[in-house]
Amino acid sequence: MTEVFLLPLAVLLPLLMACCVHVSADRFARPLQWVGALGMATLVLALVAHDAPMRTVLGGWEAPLGIELVADRLAKTLLVFTLLVYAAVLLYAEGYFAQSPIEARRFRPLAWLLWAACNAAFLSDDLFNLYVTLELAGLTAVGLAALSGHPKALAAALRYLLAALLAANLFLLGLALLYGSTGVLSLRMLAAAVEPGTASLLAFVLLVTALALKTALLPLHTWLPPAHGGAVTPVSALLSALVIKVSFVILLKLWLHFAPVLDLVVLGQGLAVMGALAVVWGSLLALRQQRLKMLVAYSTVAQVGYLFLPFAWLRPGTPAAAVAFDASVLQILGHGFAKAAMFLAAGVLLRAAGRDGLEGLQGAASRQPLAVFALALAGISLIGLPPSLGFSAKWSMLQAALLAGQWPWVLLLLTGSLLTAAYVFRAIRYAFLPAPDVSELRPVPALMSYSALLLAVLAAFGGLGTATLAAWLEIEIAGWPEALP
Amino acid sequence: MNTWLLAATLASSLFAGLLIFCLPERSVRLRTTINLAAALLKLACVAGMLWGTEQGQQYELRLPFLPGNDFLLRADTLGLLFMTLSAVLWLFTTIYAIGYLEGSPHRSRFFGFFSLCVTATVGIAMAGNLATFFLFYELLTLATYPLVVHRGTPKALAGGARYLAYTLGGGALLLAGIVGLQSLVGTVEFRFGGVAALRDAGDPIVLAALFALLVAGMGVKAALFPLHGWLPHAMVAPAPVSALLHAVAVVKAGAFGIVRLVYEVFGIETAQSLGVLTPLAVLAAFTILLGSFRALAQDDLKRRLAYSTVSQVSYIVLGVALFGPMGTIGGLVHLVHQGIMKITLFFCAGNYAETLGIHRVSELAGVGRRMPWTTAAFTVAALGMIGLPPMAGFVSKWYLGLGALEADMGWVLAVLLLSSLLNAAYFLPILHSAWFDPLPDGQPGTTTTAPVRNEASPALLGPTLAAATLVLAFGLLAGTAWSPLGWVERIASEAYSP
Repeated sequence: MTEVFLLPLAVLLPLLMACCVHVSADRFARPLQWVGALGMATLVLALVAHDAPMRTVLGGWEAPLGIELVADRLAKTLLVFTLLVYAAVLLYAEGYFAQSPIEARRFRPLAWLLWAACNAAFLSDDLFNLYVTLELAGLTAVGLAALSGHPKALAAALRYLLAALLAANLFLLGLALLYGSTGVLSLRMLAAAVEPGTASLLAFVLLVTALALKTALLPLHTWLPPAHGGAVTPVSALLSALVIKVSFVILLKLWLHFAPVLDLVVLGQGLAVMGALAVVWGSLLALRQQRLKMLVAYSTVAQVGYLFLPFAWLRPGTPAAAVAFDASVLQILGHGFAKAAMFLAAGVLLRAAGRDGLEGLQGAASRQPLAVFALALAGISLIGLPPSLGFSAKWSMLQAALLAGQWPWVLLLLTGSLLTAAYVFRAIRYAFLPAPDVSELRPVPALMSYSALLLAVLAAFGGLGTATLAAWLEIEIAGWPEALP
Repeated sequence: MNTWLLAATLASSLFAGLLIFCLPERSVRLRTTINLAAALLKLACVAGMLWGTEQGQQYELRLPFLPGNDFLLRADTLGLLFMTLSAVLWLFTTIYAIGYLEGSPHRSRFFGFFSLCVTATVGIAMAGNLATFFLFYELLTLATYPLVVHRGTPKALAGGARYLAYTLGGGALLLAGIVGLQSLVGTVEFRFGGVAALRDAGDPIVLAALFALLVAGMGVKAALFPLHGWLPHAMVAPAPVSALLHAVAVVKAGAFGIVRLVYEVFGIETAQSLGVLTPLAVLAAFTILLGSFRALAQDDLKRRLAYSTVSQVSYIVLGVALFGPMGTIGGLVHLVHQGIMKITLFFCAGNYAETLGIHRVSELAGVGRRMPWTTAAFTVAALGMIGLPPMAGFVSKWYLGLGALEADMGWVLAVLLLSSLLNAAYFLPILHSAWFDPLPDGQPGTTTTAPVRNEASPALLGPTLAAATLVLAFGLLAGTAWSPLGWVERIASEAYSP
């Protein structure tokens, strides 16, 4: 019974909060945000505590007409993930925007709106609803990217907007094709009704292309680095940790539903190969960056590559499938926490140094030890060293590759780790150089470093819970495809 | 099952490290107290487990980590050997480092990572399966990097970059080997005799390749040829770090990993039947000779010691690669003996550098008269390295020789002999010059006047002398049950009993 209001509330509460922080005066906005965040925490806890899978239809209209919200264990995991990222970013934003109330005023409502979009995407279970959440997340993200109003940021945001619109149109096209041939939109019904064949496959490929574009899979990644690297720091963290995950999670959901009915082996291998190229190319580009935030942004291109590798092994009825599914989830969480932490830490270091170049990091190890520590811990997760979430993701990918008998992937995964180490330590190396001039240093609120550290610790030590997480997610994938998630 | 002692052994240095990170730079006394208290606590925990093991207790701690791979800590006889070595030498090095770094910047950072480094080493000793081993193996890499680049000079950063490139590369190989092996035989837990499923896991060529991959992964840290290139460059680190790196932490972690690999993953019999032991022995023998030859040519004292480490650590690998209990004893006992001898030598090198500013072998002339105690300690350890009785090093070489005969590998004997000669060739001139050459002109204490004593400060000298005493004691008291030799004989009997 509780699900009737709990599930919609996960979307409505942040939506309501977005309105409230928008209309409230500055001095009320801050306490209001904490009340809202506390409410979200309670809500998510209640959802997780409710062990059974939850499902509700809005307004009593059953599918295929109505809107269904479903909270399986994957969705619950993602809700917790979003909550943790938001907790740290909102905390950080208070310090970050302390000197610029105008930006703070723009940031708050958009951030809450984005939260609503993320939760809606994770809970939705029909194609049209997913399309709407995708659009909502995309447009909010564009707004956030343009927040500072700098010409460069505006140009990047415009580019981002064009990519998002193209993706939306592709998605809508695929959606229309599937709806036209089946007359249903709910994923479960679609999977049952869709006829295997070229037409369905084409529609599916359109959906996948749209989502790959929004997730910035190579070669559709060019919009990402300027948008993520050029945004204000709290926004960079949200964009890289959450927004690209929204489109990826939608893709994962579609894959789990359609892989049993359509022949996706070639497509899966193709996505994985593009992912592999992204890992190598993104890392090489990251190695060449001279500015810290651009380095972190290009690292996202590489890490997105890892997200797509598991599609090579996500084949129904194979022993590798369950491990590959775990790998996807672990990579979502690992990259989300680590990349957000990395951006937040980078923001602290850049603000202290007053410039964006890597050489601004000189002496940071002794002046901003917490932020450097956060940067290093996040880097450990990106490289994939134990006991980080990134390590668990890579461990699962290695296992899945060998279970599927595709050992060449092992070489790629190890090369990727070493390339990642190269660009991470290239940045950290600067921090150990002696400081050039102490007088340049600007004060940064300690709160900002702590919130970066919070996410970094989650990324670097979250891997210790891998067995627990895998056991918790097991019913979502065990027996797939017979028991559809 | 007493899990608390295991957890406390690991936590003592881990929490000490985390606490120290939070301390402001100026709270010297509190930091020193935490350091020493943690080191003593760890020693007490390890002593407790040694005693408990003697009473027949089992120590195991198992927590969920990866699916199918628990986070598994265990205190078996082999692990305890390495744990004891780490705990004892950590105490020595901590005291030494407190004296050595007095007044230098960034001490909180230094001691924090120093403690993490020891945590990783003890974790490697305790790891009960490959996944846990790998976790601590990589932690060690990361915790050591800030220590290597501690001084922040371009040279230190270059050395650190090289260190990372080698060790992270090695870690990647190790990970590939672990995942590959586990895809064949399932979860691998360390047990004497190795994993039973491995004996008939199929293609011996695949198994041999996996063995090579794992040895390569560990060989980077153990500085096996051709993966030893990082070690001499890591010498830029402060002396206590070099001491710890060479005696227990990094190189020993690699050697210890190879020990685990041969005896407890593959099993000595399976390894022998795969035919991988002889190539390993040849590689180790080559590294022994190469390291010694390179050491001869070094004038920088720490670099000479570094190449000596390359050579000496391979004695452990050589002993492991000799099929038979005598070789095992020789290799394992050298794990302890090399540690204690090498830490003495590095302490001495640090004393010379800190007290008199001497960094080169050629500057050591007559130093024995100015720093007699330090030079005496250096002499004891150097003679031990050469393998003269009654020092600890003699015991190692004696058993290695016996092992070579037992394994019917006569050529190993020749390698041992040649290497001893080379050791003598690069250590004896130092000793001669330090004791008997006149001090260079212009320095106080030349032959005409009475020598001016200028001994290192007590915080530096104390650990040096204590370590040198152990070098003597481990050789003289080798026959007793509680000596390293006695404990190692016990391990060997476990390894070769079915």
